[in-house]
Amino acid sequence: MLEITNLSKVYEGNVLALDRVSFKAKQGEFMAVIGLSGSGKSTLLRCINRLVEPTDGQIVWNGVDITDASQDEMRRIRRKIGMVFQHFNLVSRSRVLTNVLSGRLGYVNPVMSLANRFPKEDVEMAMRQMARVGITDQAFKRADELSGGQQQRVGIARAMMQEPEMILADEPVASLDPVLAHSIMQYLEKINKEDGVTIICSLHFLDLVHRYADRAIALNEGKLMFDGTPAEIDDEKFKEIYGKEAERVG
Amino acid sequence: MSGEQAAVRKRSLLKSIGLGFAVLLGLVIYAYGFNVTKVNFEATRSEVRLTQLTRILRALAHPAILEYEKEELDVEAPFYLPCPDGGVPETPPDTSGPYLVATPPCGDAKQIIQIEGYNFWPNTKGPINFIPPSGAKLTIGNLATDANGYFSAKVELPKRQPVEEAQTIRATARRNVGLPRFSDTALTTWDKIIETVFLALLATTFGTATAIPVSFIAARNLMSTVRKPLTSVALSTLGWLLGIALGVPAAQWINQVGESLYEQERHLTTLAGVIVGPLAAWALARWALPQEELKRPTLVQRSGRAVALVVAAVCAIISLRLVSNLAIAAGASLVENLGSLAFLGSFVAQLGDSVRMITPLVVVMVCGGALSGASGGLGEYVANQMPAGAAKSVNLIVAAVTGAALLAAIGAGINWFYQIDDPMLVRWTPALVGAVLGFIIALRASPRQALPIGAVAYTIARTILNAVRSIEPLVMVIVFVVWVGIGPFAGSLALALHTVAALAKLYSEQVESILPGPLEAVQATGANRLQTIVYAVIPQIVPPYISFTMYRWDINVRMSTIIGFAGGGGIGFLLQQNINLLDYRGASVQMLAIAIVVATMDYVSSAIRKRYV
Ligand SMILES: Nc1ncnc2c1ncn2[C@@H]1O[C@H](COP(=O)(O)OP(=O)(O)O)[C@@H](O)[C@H]1O
Ligand SMILES: [Mg+2]
Repeated sequence: MLEITNLSKVYEGNVLALDRVSFKAKQGEFMAVIGLSGSGKSTLLRCINRLVEPTDGQIVWNGVDITDASQDEMRRIRRKIGMVFQHFNLVSRSRVLTNVLSGRLGYVNPVMSLANRFPKEDVEMAMRQMARVGITDQAFKRADELSGGQQQRVGIARAMMQEPEMILADEPVASLDPVLAHSIMQYLEKINKEDGVTIICSLHFLDLVHRYADRAIALNEGKLMFDGTPAEIDDEKFKEIYGKEAERVG
Repeated sequence: MSGEQAAVRKRSLLKSIGLGFAVLLGLVIYAYGFNVTKVNFEATRSEVRLTQLTRILRALAHPAILEYEKEELDVEAPFYLPCPDGGVPETPPDTSGPYLVATPPCGDAKQIIQIEGYNFWPNTKGPINFIPPSGAKLTIGNLATDANGYFSAKVELPKRQPVEEAQTIRATARRNVGLPRFSDTALTTWDKIIETVFLALLATTFGTATAIPVSFIAARNLMSTVRKPLTSVALSTLGWLLGIALGVPAAQWINQVGESLYEQERHLTTLAGVIVGPLAAWALARWALPQEELKRPTLVQRSGRAVALVVAAVCAIISLRLVSNLAIAAGASLVENLGSLAFLGSFVAQLGDSVRMITPLVVVMVCGGALSGASGGLGEYVANQMPAGAAKSVNLIVAAVTGAALLAAIGAGINWFYQIDDPMLVRWTPALVGAVLGFIIALRASPRQALPIGAVAYTIARTILNAVRSIEPLVMVIVFVVWVGIGPFAGSLALALHTVAALAKLYSEQVESILPGPLEAVQATGANRLQTIVYAVIPQIVPPYISFTMYRWDINVRMSTIIGFAGGGGIGFLLQQNINLLDYRGASVQMLAIAIVVATMDYVSSAIRKRYV
């Protein structure tokens, strides 16, 4: 259970990116976050694992106050929260296997990991996760030799190495073409359904929201505009979220 | 409309006046520049200087690389100076071999006479000397024979006391025999150029190794996220000071243990220690650093681990010290037994010695780091877990104490330089000021507020790097020469220090320009700071680091060729010597060697850069 209350973020230069956002997400839910670019979606997701320090408000996850955690506690919390990025954020000069294994860093012996040594079980687990997203034969290639879709699958495998209870996906398909987009979304769906991982995923296209999400929240200029099922987003809500001039395409 | 036009005209007038002033200012600046740099084209045309220049350029064009074994042919003829009263006795020369004819056969001082030589070696050169009865040799001219072995030269007779009996004119022809061989200059140049290259190699290696970790501290993007509450900062500063204070006696103790074992030649005990120590350290560390647990370990567990780590560190450091003993002993025996490979033995011994020198430093750093880490953790606990009121009062006390200790330590440092030796001035006053400052900061900062301590460390690191970088190695070497004596060691230390500063700056700029995405992604997995650096930063900076290291290697080779000018060893020493002795042909050899080495390094480094970047 993730409970966010009155979360605000003011960036340097007085940019109000989040304005007293409150919502809850149940364990195992697939929640979509929608909104125009600049509406604060990335900021919201990054506040949840404190890649961005919230200015105000509270994030409580499974009874633990994330906003209040010390650095050490935060590392323990983070390793249970996977993250998938729009631009994949792989270390491009490292091998795919190394990228996937880096998802394990929060668990392994810190000293051994500095010498790039991982326990055998972890390497096997990495192989399993790569098999799951169909990139086993890319394991020893450099990450930047892979296509976009493959790179995002590496990103998912890396997140899965954390044995996460929640995955934050920040526009995971925005830099992929539509066919690939669906395949990536299907992996996330599978992780959500089979492993019971909570997924909070910001999305651009409403059809993806309808197709994959159990619930949706919408942001506009940092304010929460909508919280409900995707089906509840009617034309009026749509205009509220995206502005008066917006046309519905999907 | 017209108002606008007037404004435009006024502006353009102002602009022209401004431009005029700028040109005038430029003229004045260059005029003054000519004045202070004493530009003088007349000197460049003076005949004396031009002859000198020609001579030097010609010498430089004849580097003394090869030389021949010389063979000499001396031919003498009697000569009367002044002419004797009874006329010159006729003594016809023996024309079967080489002989000299002086015309006239006698003369007065300063008179020009002609000397001819017959049957000499063809196409040779040599001096013509006048030899008075004292046997001294006065060179009066030079000979150059033609293809028939004949020469003719006009020489001026020297001004000598008149002597009655015959004196001697001796012509010496010289010719090369056998094959050319390398001159002594060439051989010493070879020695020194090798020394130069290795000097640059060592400086680059040690400079790079140190610059890499430093560059992370000097990178804004890595450091700006390091924030700690004041209690933690203050306590970890105190921890450093305390750790250093404790580390010094600990280092002395370990040193004593090592020395006494070495002195008693208990090499077997040492060997056993070298084997057992690391194993024990390894086992303890393995136990104390398990895989990360799901839950935070209990206090008892954590204290147990801390103790184990301390013991492991002691084991590791003692065995390090023993390794150095062993290396010194083994090196010494190798030197005796290896013959021509003795340098390998002395390398081992020197490595051992360097480990022995570093060990105390390691001890102090480990003590400081460990205590600082532990007390920093304690500080974070105080800040985050204690009730706000209690935290605040702890904060006030700790910050005041830290401020006092820090400024007192700085005072001690200043005292060391300036020998003020007044405890009131260098201890109690700074301590008081520090306490007050700490108190004020603690009053103003709320106990839980995270302070940008990383940014402070970044600023300090950058400032120090910039300061060190601005001192040329040629100047630094002067200090090192005082410390370790004239020679290549001083040169490599100076170059290494400058390399650290220069490379750390270049490196850190590369760290600052890495992609933030992968960094974020690795952080998001729950990786700690060091893991983030190893997994997200280092892979991104490998190509520029290689490139900058090669670039620096290039610079170091260049620098090492002239660091000898200031006593830093290498070929520069030889070059300077030859220039001072006016031996330009010798200097030319060294210049040539430098040019070849620099060009080769240039080529090699650019080839490597192309390959890896
Ligand atoms: N690091 C930052 N510094 C300052 N402003 C930022 C920063 N990141 C985002 N913003 C601003 O915050 C607002 C929300 O941005 P973001 O969360 O990236 O929106 P979205 O992901 O929905 O496009 C935007 O106005 C953006 O310009
Ligand atoms: Mg975004």
